[in-house]
Amino acid sequence: MNEEWPLFEVFIRSRSGLEHKHVGSLHAADARMAIEHARDVYTRRQEGVSIWVMRSADIIASDPGEAEALFEPARDKVYRHPTFYVIPDEVKNL
Amino acid sequence: MSSAERHAAESERELQAARCRYVLRLGDTALVLGQRLGEWVGHAPALEEDLGLANLALDLVGQARLLLTYAGELEGRGRDEDDLAFLRDAPEFMNLALAEQPNGDFAVTIVRQWLIDTWQLQVYRALAASTDTRLAAIAAKALKETLYHHRFSSGWLARLGDGTAESHERAQRALEELWRFTAEFFAPDEVDERVHAAGIAPELPGLAAPWSAQVDADLAAATLRRPAVASYSWHGKRGVHTEHLGHLLAAMQHLQRTYPGLRW
Amino acid sequence: MYTQALDTHGKEPLPAGEGGAVAQRFQARVDADEKIEPKDWMPDAYRQTLIRQISQHAHSEIVGMLPEGNWITRAPTLRRKAVLIAKVQDEGGHGMYLYSAAETLGVARAELFEQLLSGAAKYSSIFNYPTLTWADIGAIGWLVDGAAIMNQIPICRCSYGPYARAMVRICKEESFHQRQGFEIMLTLARGSAAQRAMAQDALNRWWWPSIMMFGPSDADSKHTAQSMRWKIKRFSNDELRQKFIDITVPQAFFLGLAIPDRELHWNESTQHYDIGAIDWAEFHAVLKGNGPCNRERLEARRGAYESGRWVREAAAAHAAKERARTASTGGSTAQTGRT
Repeated sequence: MNEEWPLFEVFIRSRSGLEHKHVGSLHAADARMAIEHARDVYTRRQEGVSIWVMRSADIIASDPGEAEALFEPARDKVYRHPTFYVIPDEVKNL
Repeated sequence: MSSAERHAAESERELQAARCRYVLRLGDTALVLGQRLGEWVGHAPALEEDLGLANLALDLVGQARLLLTYAGELEGRGRDEDDLAFLRDAPEFMNLALAEQPNGDFAVTIVRQWLIDTWQLQVYRALAASTDTRLAAIAAKALKETLYHHRFSSGWLARLGDGTAESHERAQRALEELWRFTAEFFAPDEVDERVHAAGIAPELPGLAAPWSAQVDADLAAATLRRPAVASYSWHGKRGVHTEHLGHLLAAMQHLQRTYPGLRW
Repeated sequence: MYTQALDTHGKEPLPAGEGGAVAQRFQARVDADEKIEPKDWMPDAYRQTLIRQISQHAHSEIVGMLPEGNWITRAPTLRRKAVLIAKVQDEGGHGMYLYSAAETLGVARAELFEQLLSGAAKYSSIFNYPTLTWADIGAIGWLVDGAAIMNQIPICRCSYGPYARAMVRICKEESFHQRQGFEIMLTLARGSAAQRAMAQDALNRWWWPSIMMFGPSDADSKHTAQSMRWKIKRFSNDELRQKFIDITVPQAFFLGLAIPDRELHWNESTQHYDIGAIDWAEFHAVLKGNGPCNRERLEARRGAYESGRWVREAAAAHAAKERARTASTGGSTAQTGRT
């Protein structure tokens, strides 16, 4: 009989209005237990108002080896940032 | 003072005594169950359950502190939560006898927890409407905690009942073993009647039906059989306990008894 | 709590620079204070060093639940009982954060557990000492958590992301642990003669083991240099130990308790406290399994694991049945979707 509980990743919304953020992982036999464990392990000090859990095996991650191909091309698109544009000081509300 | 006034004063004194005793019963049940759960910390079946059981224990000790503090004030003899917790002997403890039963295996702990959770759910829910606003406020806070406790214990009851042949058998055995202590849950005595008449507490027999419905639903989900009605009713709430409470208190009260009157 | 430098054990790691260009790029990232994340390339020796250190740290947390848990049922007031439950619970939580971090390196928690239960893995020597009186709970919070915090704060800046993040969380949560311990000591020190004696006795028994928590002296510590290059370790054992002594000695003075070391004195020229000789024979004996409570601690962990097996099996079996039922009905009882 297998007694190993699968690994879940835990995401917590710390306050109303904020996004869920990854906080860590835990083991649980089922989804209900995963929520309870997440509550007991990661919100003992009022760290959360909402919890997501998902099986770690279901996460699809980008490959660090592809990091350059994925992320470097954004580097030279500096014109996407407001500081790229020089506006005289006397012009207001821009 | 006229005889009518004397009578009214006497009646008020009796009500206060009954109120104090009623609050003590709730507080002692929470304390003794919290004490038992504390024994698990570091020894649970999984690390995650160490944290879960500790959370239940913390909630229950917290409830006990509020209730014993209030009972001490009602009593009017200047006793605080610690005087009541550490300086009373077993016959003065008013907890349900079920709460003091030893942890046994995890199935015994879960069944004990679940039975008391379902009982507390009914009681705390009803107490939220108490004319005693202090008690109503404590019950409202405790109810939120108890809703989670019940989620935890009924979830585990289902996992054990529906899990493996071994876990099913252990859960059923625990149920048969502990069921006899539930007869005490809804059997009112003069204290219960007195506080009910004053609008402080619900009528106990009236809570039996919703409790029973909850219990049956949880048992069905867990594929467990409801045991036959208990033949003997313990009277833990009147101070008549099983042999286990004395040992529990011996450990719990050891420091306060060995070094009387000190601050810690 | 409770990391401990146990770095006289295990294999000598690869010298840095081996492994070619990819290894050099790795070291350059570490040098630039970038964080290494689970899927990034890392030298195998770095991975193994981390697995060993993080899992030892995790084991220490969960074995560390036992000596303090020993007093949960006997805490002298309800407030102290609640605080102690919360603290021991935190240690379990910290063990979990750390096992989580170790698992990102590709090792399963079950495997790490087996290493602990078989006696193959090490954990902090301090937890092999008994808690004999209530004052020991104060002494552990004050000294053992104090030493642990000293060890752990630098690890918040460790080069391995998951370990560093776990440590940030742990350090934040632990700030109450040491204070509650000192509060217990202070209450006892200002209490009756019996309470003061209890506090002094606890300090006598826990002082040297706490000093030893920082691990072997730098002269005998093989891995320090490599671990420092990898930014797994930031300060040497002796540096941290000295820092701990310098802040703790005045606290003992404040309590009116005597440090059990006749050679302890303030050194004007170094501006540090000098201490007497550490009994390294005792340290190594405890690490090798021959301390006062090594057997009891492992026995308790094994007992919990073994007697919990049927429970873990039951939950796994129930979950499998539920999945089968859900698959056959096409429905789900769990709340799914982003809420």
